[in-house]
Amino acid sequence: MAKKPVLTAAEAAKMIPEGATILCGGFLGCGQARAIVKELVKLGTKNLTLVCNDMARQTGPMGEEFFGIAELIHNHQVKRIIATHVGMTPEVGQQKNEGTLEVNLIPQGSLAECVRAGGAGLGGVLTPVGVDTLIEDSPLCLGKQRINGKDYLLMAPIRGDFALLGTYKCDEYGNCWYKGTMRNFNTVMATAADTVIAECEYIVPVGEIEPENVHTYGMCVDYIVEGDRK
Amino acid sequence: MEKSEIKAFIAKRCAKELKNGDVVNLGIGLPTMIPTYLPEGVELIIHAELGIVGAGATPQPGDANYDPYHVIDAGGGVASVAYGGGFIDSATNFGLIRGGHVDACFLGALEVDAQGNLANWIIPGKKMPGMGGAMDLCVGAKNCIVCMEHTAKGNPKILEKCRLPLTASHCVNKIITEMCVFEVDDEGLIMTEYNPEFTIDEIRAATAAHFRIAVSLKSMLH
Repeated sequence: MAKKPVLTAAEAAKMIPEGATILCGGFLGCGQARAIVKELVKLGTKNLTLVCNDMARQTGPMGEEFFGIAELIHNHQVKRIIATHVGMTPEVGQQKNEGTLEVNLIPQGSLAECVRAGGAGLGGVLTPVGVDTLIEDSPLCLGKQRINGKDYLLMAPIRGDFALLGTYKCDEYGNCWYKGTMRNFNTVMATAADTVIAECEYIVPVGEIEPENVHTYGMCVDYIVEGDRK
Repeated sequence: MEKSEIKAFIAKRCAKELKNGDVVNLGIGLPTMIPTYLPEGVELIIHAELGIVGAGATPQPGDANYDPYHVIDAGGGVASVAYGGGFIDSATNFGLIRGGHVDACFLGALEVDAQGNLANWIIPGKKMPGMGGAMDLCVGAKNCIVCMEHTAKGNPKILEKCRLPLTASHCVNKIITEMCVFEVDDEGLIMTEYNPEFTIDEIRAATAAHFRIAVSLKSMLH
């Protein structure tokens, strides 16, 4: 196996062009590639599409100003989001009302499964979740099917140009281990983008993460960035 | 009943729904109070959609497991995993939810109706927080229990038909309020318990849906 290139957060952010679709792991900023996001904010890269459970937080756990991708929203760098919950980032609602941000909300399980489908070669997901709701009108809903007397929505697979993972330990081959609740959407997002960048708190020697404990396989990771330690 | 007592009263009644070993998802707000009132000998497996199967008590600053950067709940607060619990990724986690592995979810409502339809995620033109995991939980949990104050500023929240966009249709099994307990069956609502602090007429006045009264109607206080 080959060692993966290690970049600085700034080098990683520079790889992402205007208009890119980015799958962002993380849930309220936990398990998010926050150092790369900070650099994207500095660069001002525009017209991004973000796929993430939520738009992170405007204030971090220790009172930090911005925590994760909320700052990209604040900085008007985003044209579209696919998310499940944006209640903690009121700027999303404001920009939607101003007509500058397209917001597609879908159920949390559907988001996870659509991204999984995108990375697993599936043409879509049939889920009973969202039947009889506004989700039937979502651009991500491709139709409705009745199977054995029960209705299901056909949801589109989701892929990204980039996936930004927020991991705890990453070894030199790109194998990742997530601490606590960092794992969330990261493991499926690692499979569903053309370029996958794993930001970690610690780069460790190969073998330190036991084979049974590899959550994201190095084969999915293209670049490694060492971010802040918390 | 004092306003401050209402939530605790509802949470206490909700706790009676649970048996030892149940896998339970608790919505934000009132539902998180339920574990405080569990009968002796009942331990739950708390399921948290952020990625914990078997969540523990909320750690305080200084506790060994206080880790606001790595272990949080869906509200952004610091969380913990209980002894014997585990962490899980979102795809697998929502597979558990949709697959019927969660025994019960408790959540609040903006509106709930006589067909068991629930609306709790959006007020068009006003608030757009998003559904998060609520749609999945309502569809997938074996029991979907709405726990809430019976009215909002005096206006009924239990209706013949929801007016707001739905979270899920035909999903609610039971509604627990400070006034009564409704079960939902194919014919609509049936009141199985009531709080004797209120008369049946008062409950009817606060409920904008027809309901039947169970032959075995009981007091909520017992």
